[in-house]
This record gives sequence, structure tokens and C-alpha cells, in this order.
Amino acid sequence: MTDEKDIRTPEEYGDYTLIDPSMKPRKGAWKELLQYRSLIGMFVKREFLVKYKQTVLGPIWIVLQPFLMSLAYMFIFGGIARIQTEGIPKILFYLGSNAMWTFFSSSLLSNANVFTSYAQLFGKIYFPRITVPIANVVISLIQFFVVMVLFAGFYIWYLAKGEVAGSWTVFALLPAILIQLGALGLGCGIILSSATAKYRDVSIVIQFLGQIWLYATPVLFPLSSIPDGVMRTLMLLNPVTQPMELFRLAVFGQGTFVPWSCAWSVLVTATAVCAGWRIFSRVEKTFIDTV
Amino acid sequence: MMEKDRTPAIIVRGLKKEYQIGQIGNGTLQKDIQSWWARVRGREDPNRKIGDRERLSGDSLMALNGVDLTVWQGETLGIIGRNGAGKSTLLKILSRITAPTEGRAYLYGKVTSMLEVGTGFHGEMTGRENIYMNGAILGMTREQIRSRIDDIIEFSEIGDYIDTPVKRYSSGMYVKLAFAVASHLDSEIMIMDEVLAVGDMSFQKKCLSQMRYAASRENRTVLYVSHNMNTIRELCDRCIVMDAGKIIYDGDTERAIQVYMDAGFSDSTEIDFSGQPHPSYLASPRIRMLRASYPGKDDCAFRSTDRIPLRLEWVNLTDLKDVCLRVEILTLNEDPVGTYVLYDFYSGEKDSPVRLDLSLDPACLSEGSYLMKYAFFLRGAGGSMVNIECRTGLTFEIISARHSGKLVWESRYWGNTVLEDIRILSLTDGK
Repeated sequence: MTDEKDIRTPEEYGDYTLIDPSMKPRKGAWKELLQYRSLIGMFVKREFLVKYKQTVLGPIWIVLQPFLMSLAYMFIFGGIARIQTEGIPKILFYLGSNAMWTFFSSSLLSNANVFTSYAQLFGKIYFPRITVPIANVVISLIQFFVVMVLFAGFYIWYLAKGEVAGSWTVFALLPAILIQLGALGLGCGIILSSATAKYRDVSIVIQFLGQIWLYATPVLFPLSSIPDGVMRTLMLLNPVTQPMELFRLAVFGQGTFVPWSCAWSVLVTATAVCAGWRIFSRVEKTFIDTV
Repeated sequence: MMEKDRTPAIIVRGLKKEYQIGQIGNGTLQKDIQSWWARVRGREDPNRKIGDRERLSGDSLMALNGVDLTVWQGETLGIIGRNGAGKSTLLKILSRITAPTEGRAYLYGKVTSMLEVGTGFHGEMTGRENIYMNGAILGMTREQIRSRIDDIIEFSEIGDYIDTPVKRYSSGMYVKLAFAVASHLDSEIMIMDEVLAVGDMSFQKKCLSQMRYAASRENRTVLYVSHNMNTIRELCDRCIVMDAGKIIYDGDTERAIQVYMDAGFSDSTEIDFSGQPHPSYLASPRIRMLRASYPGKDDCAFRSTDRIPLRLEWVNLTDLKDVCLRVEILTLNEDPVGTYVLYDFYSGEKDSPVRLDLSLDPACLSEGSYLMKYAFFLRGAGGSMVNIECRTGLTFEIISARHSGKLVWESRYWGNTVLEDIRILSLTDGK
């Protein structure tokens, strides 16, 4: 009865959203993401509203936890292992490095299980799935800035004493460095999330992947403490190394800038984001049938 | 109607959805890499089962098997069908939760789907916070929600509790809030999966009229799946019936309901349970039913003045004492009508086969088709009971009832039970 004699094809009725079995990213996906920008904000807000409810210290944990971590690093790596920090006050070195690393690793790890942990929601309603990983990176970034407030307190103190001096030209590049690091975390995170949606093995791997990556990055020691050789080259192939060193260069005036490694890091980031987006778009179409 | 002049809201062409059943993929990375490596080298896949051809139908299920449908703007379309008919799969594809295996669908406008009540609600957040959250998930911007939040709160009837965490809400309040948000979206197409089943009667009515209003005045399109025929009747001006992944009827709502009801009716006078497992909800089966039949009948049509002969055959799985039996009568839509009970009629030993002949009096049933369920049970202290065997059994039809010839029985308003005729004690005519 709806077998109309109409000569118009479905395409000719005007603007439409097409649903088909195609596995490619949908056209107009970016425009749609823009429409859902308040959802990203809501996911971020929900995280902070919900996470610290029914805790005694509440949001103080955001700074307390990295502060205690940095103290621990100070005693273990600075005190016991006697790793030199290029003359930078130890608390500043560890607080800053740890904040940078946590920004990256939480961007990565919070996204690694997106599909499995949001299966319930994804199975009931459509919205651009990528909003969740993006929100997770924004959450990590906000936590980074909160820690930076504490960092700034110490920093100004040591700055006044003349014990540190930043490199202000590099300082201006910090926003770009943070965006790159976040993008790298996002790209790798969504690749991992797509992998965990299919292979549960990956979610076990991820737990120690984070640990190993930490030691393969100059977080608890400066790159300058690694002598030339295979170790150093490997470390320079790690895309997180240069953002970390450039951060130190910016705020402490001490850090190793290696142009090729920097270019490599940007290339890896771009590849991870593009590949991640494609894989993620593919997995989000039907993962709910198998989860 | 001049369909040419109308604008479509949804066009579906040859939509199919295949689900893998049983194990999906090889399960582990190692085996998938093995299979992939074998394919790369052009060898036989080591993980393929022998004799396993591409798209072996035994391992997959066509949840949708070629659906064509055009829904026009401003229509309220009901979708009915048995569980597993493909209704939910169709809604999931149209609301873009999962992609189809074949075919296309065109959506002309923004779609809001409510496949569950309060999707994205978080118990720790207040009602107000959840309105923002839920609205954002449904695609509204912050400004849009802000401009409408007073209407939403008023519609939800939550009142002063709006700033209380929703974990303290009753389930009714929860539903009301969720529906209030969804119905205040400005989407052209609304997809609803039986969400009105919860919530009190007056709120259900309010929701239905809100949806009807949205369709008729604002020219929005509503797709509504339900097992509740009354809400389908009230809301929908067109209805499709789905069965085994296909649309078997498309048109008038009353006719559609009739088609759906008739599809559940079988003419057989005997049903064999021997191959069927016990229903999974049965905790302690102690009887295994083998057969139910209407002995001596070759159809299952009865007059309400007849007696329905019913024969049940079963095997005792344990020694039993004082077994009781319920014969439950339901409409084909599985709404209960009434129940016959037989108390403490039998005690027996393990493994003995039993045959029981009964006679049921259908005097109080109106014309129509019915379904029987058989439940054996044991009584405990204080009126409690334990079911020891439950089966969905034969259907039957009452072709002539007490009211026949005098009155067309409107069972959707009056129920399926025809009570005893009223006896007059006295009648005084003042004149």
C-alpha cells in the first residue's frame, strides 16, 4: 500500500540521514559532533559531580593524590636511587613530570575500555560515540590543570628564590604540546578501546602496558641521564618523550630537544588519531551485537 | 489519500539484519591472527569447522529479513508482533544503535529514541542535573534545555524533588522525569519501545495525549512498539505486524491487532510437550508433561454451553503427594482472563505415567479466542505454593456465548468474562 506510483527515489525527498551497512566513517560526522558538544561538557561535569560524592576529602583528591605520588617518587628515585634532576628542585621535577605523565596515561587508559564499560548506554541510545573518549581526555586535562595550580605554588616560591628559570619561548608552545599529548592519548586510547571490544585479552595487556610505558618515558629521570646508545634511541622513538622534555624545557629551562624525535612524535600522533578514528567508527557500528 | 503530496519521515528499503548466534569470532586474538595469517597465505583456515560454509544458516539468525516500509510525516505507527519477531531490531537500526547487514533506511529529520526509561540517568545526580544530562544525550544543546526546563519539570510532576538525587526517586517518578525530557525534544521522529508500561494510569494517559498532540499538531512522526493493545489502539492510526523478521500486515490498527491475535491461534487439538525442556523460571520441576489434548474433538471451537474436555498426560519425576493443578485462561495477547483450580487431586510414585481427563465449564467466557496454561503445584503452609510444572498449552475458541445474538460483546472495554446475568429483586415504575 505504500508502494507509491511516485517516481521520486528516496534520495529526492530532501535532506536525509542514511542508514546502511557501510563501515566507513559517516559523512557529516564532524558536523554532528559539533552539535553534540554540550554532551561532552555533560560527561565531564558528571565525572566531577559523581566521582567525589560520598568521599570525605572530595575534589581535594585531585591534587592530594599526585602530591603524595610525587613525594614518594622524591624519596625513592631522588633519595634512594639518587637520580639527578639536572639541578631542578626535586618536588618540582616530580610534580611536573608526574602531572604530564598522568595527563597522557589517563587519556589513554580511561579510553581503553570505553566500549565495554558504556555497553549499557550505547545499546539503548544513539549519540556520536566519540564524545565519550573526547570527554575523557578533557577530564584528564582538567585534572592536569588542577595539579598545575599546586605546581604553580611551589614554582613561584622557587622562582622567587632564583632556583629555577623557565625558557619562555618554549613556554608559549605549551598549549600545542598539551594538545598533541592529549591527541596521542586519545588516538591510542580509541585504538585500544576498539581492540578490547573484540578481544578481551587486550584489557589485561593494557594494565601493564601503562606501567611499561611509564618506564620507557623519561618521567622519573631526565633524558640527559641516559647515555647515547640503543636505550636512548629507543626512548627517542617513544612519542611521549619529546612532549615530556619540552615541558621541562619550558618550565625549568632544562630539557633535551631532539628535532627528529619531535617530528616523529607528531607523525605518530597524527597516525594514531586518523587510524583510531577510522577503527573506532567501524567498531561502533555493530559492536553492540557482540558485546 | 494522495500519498504523492505527503512527505516521508522514514523510508526503509530491503532492510536485513543477521545476528551470529553461539560463539562469535574465534574469541581470542591468537586464533584470529592464525585465521588471518592463513587467509593471507591462501591456506585453509585452521579454525574453521569442517564442512562449515560461508554464512551457514545454522549459525546465524535473520532478525530482519527484508523489511520495506514508508512512514509519512505526522503518522503514529504502531509496531506489534511476538517476542523475537524483529520489532526491537528494527527500532535499534532506525535509532542507529546498530547497523543493518543489508538494505537502507532514510531518515528525514532528527530522531529521538526511547528504548529504555531514563537512559543515561545517574543515581547520584539530581533530577535537574539529569535533565541536562539526558537532554544532552538525546542531542539537545544546553540552551535548548534551559529554555524548556520549566516545562519539563512541570510535565514530570516531580515538583520540589527536582533537586534531590534520582536514586531516592520511586520508579514512577523516574519514568515521569525521563518521559518528560524525551517528549520536550524538538525532533521530527520519535521512537518508543514500550516505555509507557511503567508509571501510573493517569500519567500514561498524559503521555499518550502528548504524543498524539506531537503527531497531529506539530506534524511529528511517532513509532511505537508495545504489547499493550490498548495503548496501541489509543495512539496509533496505522499499525504494522511483524513476524519472523518480516512485515506481515501494514494498515489499519484494528485489523492489525486482529492479524496479530490470529497469528497466535493454532487449530490443533493436541500438543506434544515431550521434546520441550521445562521453562527456565521453574526452580524445581517434579512433573514432566507429555501431552495435552481435547479427546474426541477434531476442532477447538466450543459453545459456552458446552463443556471443554481436556486430557493431560505426564510422568512423575519424584514421589508426589497432594498435587494441585491450575488451568489458566488467557487471551491470545496473554492477558489473564481467569483460572480453574483443582486441589490436592493426586498423589503418586516416581516414574509412573499418568493420564487425567477433565471437563471445564466455559460458561463465563465471551466470544473470542483463548490460550490455556497448565501449572502443577504443591501447596505449602498458609496458602503458599510451589510450581512443579508449567506449560503453555492449547488454544480454543468460544464461538457462541450467552450474549451471542443479543449483543456484540466489546471485550476491550468490558473484559472477557461474562458474569452471571443480573437478577432483579424488584422494579418499581413510578407511573
